[in-house]
Amino acid sequence: MELVQNFPFFSIILALFSGPLCSILGRRAARWVNTAVISAIGVMSLMVLAFTIRLGDSYVYRMGHFPAPWGNEIRVGQLEAWMAVFFCVVMLLSMLSGRRELEREVEESKQNLYYVMIGLLLSSLLALIYTNDMFTAYVFVEINTISACGLIMIRENGRTLEAAMRYMIMSLLGSGLLLMGICFLYDLTGHLLMSNIKEAVARLEASGEYRIPLLVTICLMSVGIAIKSALFPFHAWLPDAYGYSTLSSSAILSSLVSKGYIFLLVKIFYRVIGFDVIRESKVVNVLFVFGILGMILGSLFAIQENNIRRMIAYSSVAQIGYIYMGLGLGTLAGVIASLYHILSHAATKSLLFVAASGLTDVSDGRKDFWGLTGAGYRNRLAGIAFTVGSLSMVGIPAFSGFISKLLFAQAAYETSHKMILALVALALSTILNAIYFMKTVIRLYTPAWRAGLTVADARLTIRDQPLKSAMLVCFIVLNLILGLNSEPIVRLLLEGLERFA
Amino acid sequence: MGRKRTPEEYEKTVSYRLRQWLDGSRDPFLGRVEMKPQELFVEPQELRDRREEDLERIHARAYDMHSNTRLQKFHHFYQAFSVLFCLILVLTLLTAVSWLPTVGASERPVNNEVAARYIEKGLQETGSVNIVTGMILDYRAFDTLGESHVLFAATCTVLILLREDKKRGRAREDASDRLYEPKNDLILQTAARMLVPPIIIFGIYVILCGHLGPGGGFSGGAVIGAGLILYLCAFGFAKTERFFTAKTYRVMSFGALACYSLSKCYSFYTGANEIESVIPLGTPGAILSSGLIFVLNICVGVVVAGTMYTFYCMFRKGGY
Repeated sequence: MELVQNFPFFSIILALFSGPLCSILGRRAARWVNTAVISAIGVMSLMVLAFTIRLGDSYVYRMGHFPAPWGNEIRVGQLEAWMAVFFCVVMLLSMLSGRRELEREVEESKQNLYYVMIGLLLSSLLALIYTNDMFTAYVFVEINTISACGLIMIRENGRTLEAAMRYMIMSLLGSGLLLMGICFLYDLTGHLLMSNIKEAVARLEASGEYRIPLLVTICLMSVGIAIKSALFPFHAWLPDAYGYSTLSSSAILSSLVSKGYIFLLVKIFYRVIGFDVIRESKVVNVLFVFGILGMILGSLFAIQENNIRRMIAYSSVAQIGYIYMGLGLGTLAGVIASLYHILSHAATKSLLFVAASGLTDVSDGRKDFWGLTGAGYRNRLAGIAFTVGSLSMVGIPAFSGFISKLLFAQAAYETSHKMILALVALALSTILNAIYFMKTVIRLYTPAWRAGLTVADARLTIRDQPLKSAMLVCFIVLNLILGLNSEPIVRLLLEGLERFA
Repeated sequence: MGRKRTPEEYEKTVSYRLRQWLDGSRDPFLGRVEMKPQELFVEPQELRDRREEDLERIHARAYDMHSNTRLQKFHHFYQAFSVLFCLILVLTLLTAVSWLPTVGASERPVNNEVAARYIEKGLQETGSVNIVTGMILDYRAFDTLGESHVLFAATCTVLILLREDKKRGRAREDASDRLYEPKNDLILQTAARMLVPPIIIFGIYVILCGHLGPGGGFSGGAVIGAGLILYLCAFGFAKTERFFTAKTYRVMSFGALACYSLSKCYSFYTGANEIESVIPLGTPGAILSSGLIFVLNICVGVVVAGTMYTFYCMFRKGGY
């Protein structure tokens, strides 16, 4: 076995270990350790990605001395490695760009705990990406939930405490349903290892035994993960959690935490139950319907919102709807589109949050639209970045959102009975997206004197906040890479998904 | 024959004091127990007026069912829907459970080669007489590694929420610590003096013998944590802070988790790369046996005990 094959395991352990390590360090040292760990994991995942592409297949890594159904194992392919690389990049950029807000908003003695939470969160995301065992997945879902809760409430004010409470209740409900699903599945198949469960499920499907409990199991797991990733009717916790927590938390929660769960759902579809069985069970149709509802209603909520960060948060509800709509199409192309949208939404949403904080900085901290009038002139880079993010969300060519919308439309075109509904929803949602994002962009570039308003006269240039500006540029570049260079990425996702199960 | 005692000597004997305590002429708590009575909370008139006004306004706007028909309708819909939803959920789950494999039947899917190997080969492969310990700390050690970090994450979240770091807040918390718990409660102290050492020794026993019989890090750690909490209740923070402070907890949990991660790192690495592990399994049944399981149990126990004690301290005072 080559050394590079150990790297997925090293990265999980390294992230896990950085948690306790940061808890005994001071805040500066903890910050340094955290940045170093995320970068190191990013580099290692990149090497794993190169290795898996060269290998042309995925491989199984045994965790310990005992082979698979008895011990634990992780499974690494190019899709997993690519996701790990991408998550590390987005997390690093979000952490660096939110550094000043973190120092301002979080009590000094508790800042190292923030890095503890980030370390644990990263390890749980990596474990969700790589794991090949349902129970390991559940354990790391727990870590993910608790640390996300810590990230929300570390800015101790009333709104974040309330948001963390809501998040905790909804998320635990989701975990409970997921756990119940795993118990059912274990009872029906006698296995916790994903590949073994799939064999057993295929046998059950062929013999026609236990049809009802199997259906209930699929429903429980899908609903549990849908709650945790804030699919439309379960989104009530989301606006407050994203809208009021500290900047890095908002960016990371919106772009990574919910995506980790969705990746787990894709894994359950492909590697645990088998996509044919899922399609037979019609659960995808339910996801499809709720995805479409989320796409439209999430955008409507966002139009009504007057607080820029809550507006971006409601836009997340719509984007999660897109992802579930893609999964709900029940075709390979739909899943590819969803996976691409995971990437594009992660890159764009964190960009929007960072840019919005740059804009509120020059508006006396006001987040409402009157206060933001003309903010694009006062902080030029943030204005440009917000415009780029908006254009990408609306789906203008050259930005990443365009590619994912194109993929969704192509995928919808291939299906027969869902085509009309999906295309209409896509068009409608795009128009609604355009309404609220363009409204914001126009507001940002309306000179305050013309609107007859007296607003803040603060100005920020790149020199005032070099780190955040550099990160904004990185985010824009990431967005352009995804938008202009989509073909190899889609091919990578496609090949990865073929070797996924 | 007993010798004759002087009145002074007699007043010091146990029987005399017992009799005095029985007829109520002497109270052993008097002058020893320190209890701070709670002050009566008096709300300033101005604040109270404002609060009531706010409350009325909120009620008028949000909860006035009579004038707000939309809310009324939603309320009815909500009640009916929640009942219906719960019924559907209960029925679905009950139906699903009734279709599951029969409990205890020999042909259940759960009775497969996985369980068979744990039972048949567990002892010789892990060296642990207790199969459950062998399973969670050797076969599926990665899950347990995650699980102990769940505890750590939970403690850190509670620290974020409840730890009082500002000087003024700390002083206030210190002062109000005696509001509910009397200091130097004789009965509690005597009981704790007798109970705490056996409890902690029992906890240590449960941890150390986790691979030989029922027990292990999680249960033993909980026992030790309970012992520490009892000690704290009886003797207060001044005594416990001599050996257990926030720094102790941090170093302890870091040490335990680091030890766990490193030892498992070694065993995962050697396992995956097919290198022979140098850790001997020892003779099954001996106290120093079953390889790493012994060490891991201690680590888990330390983490669990620290977690329980920290939770208690945080909820009581917001600090150690």
